[in-house]
Amino acid sequence: MQRSKALTEADRLMTICNSCRYCEGLCAVFPAMEMRRAFSGGDLNYLANLCHACGACYFDCQFSPPHEFNVRVPSVLARVRHESYADYAWPPALAPLFKRNGLAIALISAVSIAAFILGFVAFNDPTALFERRQGPGSFYALMPHDTMALLFGAAFLWAIVAFVKGARAFWTDIGAQQSTLAEPRPFLRAVRDAASLRYLDGGGVGCYNEDERPDDNRRFYHHLTFWGFMLCFASTSVATFYHYLLHREAPYPLWDLPVVLGTFGGLGLVIGPLGLYAAKRKREPAMVDAGSRGMDAAFLAMLVLTGATGLALLVLRDTSAMGLLLALHLGAVFALFITLPYGKFVHGLYRFLALVRYAKERLTAAAQSPSK
Amino acid sequence: MNAESAIAGHALAYDVVVVGGGNAALCAAIAARRAGASVIVLEAASKFYRGGNTRHTRNMRCAHDAATATLSGPYTEDEFWDDLLRVTEGETNEQLARMMIRESKDMLDWIAEQGVRFQPSLGGTLSLGRTNSFFLGGGRAMLNALYLTAERLGVDVLYDAEVIALDIRDDRFQAATVQQPDGRIRVRGEALIAASGGFESNIDKLVEGWGEIARNFLIRGTPNNRGTVLDMLLAAGVDSIGDPTQCHAVAIDARAPKYDGGIITRLDCVVFGIVVNNKCERFYDEGEDAWPKRYAIWGRLVATQPDQIAYIIFDAKSANLFMPSLYPPIKAGSIGELAATLGLDPEKLTETVKQFNASVRDGDFNPDILDDCHTENLTPPKSHWARRIDTGPYYAYPVRPGITFTYFGVRVDHEARLTMKAGGPAANMYAAGEIMAGNVLGRGYAAGIGMTIGSVFGRIAGHGAARHAAQ
Repeated sequence: MQRSKALTEADRLMTICNSCRYCEGLCAVFPAMEMRRAFSGGDLNYLANLCHACGACYFDCQFSPPHEFNVRVPSVLARVRHESYADYAWPPALAPLFKRNGLAIALISAVSIAAFILGFVAFNDPTALFERRQGPGSFYALMPHDTMALLFGAAFLWAIVAFVKGARAFWTDIGAQQSTLAEPRPFLRAVRDAASLRYLDGGGVGCYNEDERPDDNRRFYHHLTFWGFMLCFASTSVATFYHYLLHREAPYPLWDLPVVLGTFGGLGLVIGPLGLYAAKRKREPAMVDAGSRGMDAAFLAMLVLTGATGLALLVLRDTSAMGLLLALHLGAVFALFITLPYGKFVHGLYRFLALVRYAKERLTAAAQSPSK
Repeated sequence: MNAESAIAGHALAYDVVVVGGGNAALCAAIAARRAGASVIVLEAASKFYRGGNTRHTRNMRCAHDAATATLSGPYTEDEFWDDLLRVTEGETNEQLARMMIRESKDMLDWIAEQGVRFQPSLGGTLSLGRTNSFFLGGGRAMLNALYLTAERLGVDVLYDAEVIALDIRDDRFQAATVQQPDGRIRVRGEALIAASGGFESNIDKLVEGWGEIARNFLIRGTPNNRGTVLDMLLAAGVDSIGDPTQCHAVAIDARAPKYDGGIITRLDCVVFGIVVNNKCERFYDEGEDAWPKRYAIWGRLVATQPDQIAYIIFDAKSANLFMPSLYPPIKAGSIGELAATLGLDPEKLTETVKQFNASVRDGDFNPDILDDCHTENLTPPKSHWARRIDTGPYYAYPVRPGITFTYFGVRVDHEARLTMKAGGPAANMYAAGEIMAGNVLGRGYAAGIGMTIGSVFGRIAGHGAARHAAQ
């Protein structure tokens, strides 16, 4: 099969890096590289998804530009990563969404939000959108809970199916063993490495972004984003539990768990992505894959939109703005859900799987050579 | 005294002027600044290429009495001295060398305090895991850490600042003339530290020592080590030390760029095959000793062959036994075909391989020890790891001498102060690193010792210069 330009370039770089190995202590990519001598497309996709783009190897490299060897591991692996997302997309017919991802996500979001506004109007009295409501069940006056649950449940289920299909495609492509996924040790190691963003720390001093001065900003903002997302997810899960098992209807009081979780989560989802975006704007251009800018920005924007509309809904839920904000928030969340498998979100999935594979490879290597 | 304001006024004055921007220069600058002096670093290269050959290094050899988090066992001063004595065959100054080794013990902590991070030995370098401390991220990472520390301390650094003249009167440094992209400036100083590297990038200067054959040498590191500051110091009456043909030279891939190819053009496969010159003749025992102990002799060996080129020939059995390198080996289905591809005489190479194969005595091949696979009745012999070259495809790497750094330089005393030809120390001039490496390393090479020389003498020079400036 004809290799893409990015894969060919990644192969060239890994051949250089494997002859040098100075960066071996910085992250997982280089030790994984050293376990190989030649690099198949699957190997390169594995290494690319293992890379957290901390940037240390760029500023530590004696061969980065303007050196003639032109070694730019972070940007080249970013390109390979991006292309790999399209390769693993399910259904394959939707893979082109990764081509002009920023535009695609923006259009889908706009349509989704418009649909919710129109839906609220179409299924209710046109003035219902701006009516002031209060107390339990006020949201569901605009959209019945069961309809909401069905719609979002279906979108979420779709995303799950797409993730499973994508994960299988990735796992097969990188040549990993099916059985590894059933082993607890590599899995738990990967959970720890992912949760702590172990490899976004530049080998210990923080990641690199603008220049050779490390800082830990990107890791900090990524933690805010990730844990913000998880808190929002937890908020929704608790609310679903309340609704169906405790028969308590939203909106909930400010002190109640779904609101507390959602508030902190929402703040994380707003501040985290904004911090990441600010870092991205200042990033050393040679470390950036220009073709991924749209995808990166679109995902960050979606997260901010989700968090910000959720927070606005909380603050203004007792006013006449509630109806419109609910439509906005639900439209944003729905768009986020249905585009999860077709945007930057998948980086988490493939990177986690790459970390599982890496943990397994390390365990196997350690078992084979007790000397090191 | 920080001279920010003076930069615009074209007349800079500092306590200590450091010429060069590598490990030795930065250790000197940091030590002098920490001792209270105002310091400027004059780096001829651009910011990216700053640091000379330090960019390409990866470790330093320091004595230590116990294993550390990154070193697998003790390496005593005596053992270090024995190693140095062995590789230099006595071409060293015992007093200076022993002092350097003693000081190297403290260097591990000192360097770490300047922000440099260490890691266990890299993959493929297990043999250095006890003696050598590896920089996390390599030499450029080390440099970045040193520069950040120097800048934080208030050391001024000028890039693209080549020293084109030194004003030295009565063994006393007065000022340096510096060529910058936008004009010349004069930098006065109470003391000078010359840490500007060797002269290996100046091919004409190599030719003076080696003859015309030096035109076929490749330079593994910076193109900026032209020895101009060394020449200025010698012309000002500073005493020299060392032999102009002595240097750290290894055999590297002949396809490497003329300069700055760095570590990735090295080839670790000599022990697994045979090495022939362009007359298809072998010329040295490829299996004399373990590769890490012998790799540094092959640059000189190839330098003495016709046209300064040689070819490592091996077969499929050995293709994956050594560290990969930048360029793939040249491959062919038969030895004759391989010779034709290399531009060698197919019949002669086939005959050489045939003779070699016929003299191989079977043994238990083991690349990790001095095994018993050797040749009999062959000149030169191959003492270990001799296996018949009989399994296609066949491979070859063309190799040339790759000069890493030179040893001829300025003579210094135990304070890293320059010694004048007329006798006695210079008033206020010091040197550290490659420019004075020959004081300790008259010949031969031990991995990581260049960085030891740079760091140890850099710190001593920095302290000495600061002390002098304070008087």
